[in-house]
Amino acid sequence: MAEVLVLVERSDGVVRKATLELLTLARRLGDPAALVCGPADDAVMKALGEYGAGKVYVVDDPAIHEFLVAPKAEALVDVVRRTSPATVLVTAGREGTEVAARTAVRLDSGIITNAVEVAPGDGGPLVTQSVLSGGWITQSQVVRGTPIVTVLPNAVVPEALPVEPVVEHIEVQISDAARKSRIVQRTPKTGTGRPDLADASVVVSGGRGMGSAEAFGLLEQLADAMGGAVAASRAATDLGWYAHDFQIGQTGKTVAPQLYLASGISGAIQHRAGMQGSRTIVAINKDPKAPIFGITDFGVVGDAHAVLPALIDEVRRRKG
Amino acid sequence: MKIVVLVKHVPEASEARYADDLTLDRASVDGRLSELDEYAVEQAISLVEKGLPATVTYLTMGPAHAAEGLRKALAMGGDDAVHVSDEALHGSDSLSTSLVLAKALEHVGFDLVVCGMASTDAEMSVVPAMIADRLGLPQVTFANSLTVSDGSVAIRRDGDTAVEDVTADLPALVSVTDRTGEARYPSFKLILAAKKKPLTTLTLADLGITPEQVGLTGAASAVRSAAPKPPRQAGVVVVDEGDAATQIADFLVTQKLL
Repeated sequence: MAEVLVLVERSDGVVRKATLELLTLARRLGDPAALVCGPADDAVMKALGEYGAGKVYVVDDPAIHEFLVAPKAEALVDVVRRTSPATVLVTAGREGTEVAARTAVRLDSGIITNAVEVAPGDGGPLVTQSVLSGGWITQSQVVRGTPIVTVLPNAVVPEALPVEPVVEHIEVQISDAARKSRIVQRTPKTGTGRPDLADASVVVSGGRGMGSAEAFGLLEQLADAMGGAVAASRAATDLGWYAHDFQIGQTGKTVAPQLYLASGISGAIQHRAGMQGSRTIVAINKDPKAPIFGITDFGVVGDAHAVLPALIDEVRRRKG
Repeated sequence: MKIVVLVKHVPEASEARYADDLTLDRASVDGRLSELDEYAVEQAISLVEKGLPATVTYLTMGPAHAAEGLRKALAMGGDDAVHVSDEALHGSDSLSTSLVLAKALEHVGFDLVVCGMASTDAEMSVVPAMIADRLGLPQVTFANSLTVSDGSVAIRRDGDTAVEDVTADLPALVSVTDRTGEARYPSFKLILAAKKKPLTTLTLADLGITPEQVGLTGAASAVRSAAPKPPRQAGVVVVDEGDAATQIADFLVTQKLL
């Protein structure tokens, strides 16, 4: 079988859960292979091998860290030209999407973004997308070049399949054109100690109905009790109650966790676009007419300030 | 210097649907200037208002009524507009869209290209990076703030793990997020004035592109099926009578989430 090339993403040096999902998905389409851009230590190799990457390509060029997106795209293009994979899988997100976009241009290959499901098909993978703010489902195929597919986190559950990866270091000539957007300063974001929002299995999210920044403390307590991440609607981030990094929706992050618990969020279409792929949706809102109740599996018409403290106690008690 | 803002006329989100030929229905649905492009228009206009000696041109591609998006942008400010319109464009994918816009940018000339962070219909966020790649431009994307001076552009953006400051020499391509600042509402006077601003229409032939390179024929991906998402199975909604927390916890147990 031909290789299916997965672009590896890391967070604080650790391989993202989303990458392990892509390796799991890749097995359905061919032989999983991985591309690491930047230095790859033993821990990275171990994680990739554990999830079935039989081949790991490493392109470690300083330009990848000095300039935005373009050097990484050139590394991916080079590896695709050398290895002719059946499909390229990239995690959907700001950087991955743009790397995939440039790669598609260079290879004149079709690109399909934000996949929620990828299945083998005649003439290439059949890619399912949730489009038009989540209102429609489409299935698409690439009909020219090497299919390049960006996949939303949580599309599959990662499954270990340990192999001993064969590692190949590749020197790539990064062009001058790719050395034009210089990153002059990086200010690291302070870690929250909680799972990455995009990768989290449980997301506890608050909106305008929370009433204050302080009330988000309740959401943090609930998230911590459940091992989840905290998020917010645009209304709440615009009010300064929670950092913009954690905004869900069209202009923020798209999440599809096992559980999305929305508190004090009415559920405007722009918000739903960022979370309607969640497997289970629970909502607490004072307004029985809030649109969020149209997509919830379990809804509570009530005051979050009364329900949340009791729910935190209940979760802690049942988790023992 | 010349700023070109890329704008898109999109279907109203509440009405957006696929047509029988599996392309997005752009004919029978009300449209509007993509909300996320309004931030790009706002940034271009305010750069000039803050003293940057520049003209602002809007560029779009789409069917005849896509010109309405250009008129809306012109009503907010700016100088003129260019509309690439050709029947052969119907059904174009992101690769051919970026080809057409790149050729059109070369045709009209530019020092700075400003885009929105995504369209509100396709929501792909790929076209700015594709255009930058085709034209060999530095891409300075997802700016939360930007400054232009001395032939260079500087932005601040939200990376995945860090806030990043990025600079590039002009010519360059910038995309801006909704955090750059609220877009203005055009006054009635400006709406009337916008009708007199020059709007040029270009065809594919003007850009040296053949019909086979674009549209459904030129697309590198194909939609095989499109259907409205079946409504989620109606869930339970209860009114809190003091026991809602217990009920939620019970529900989470049935879903194996607790």
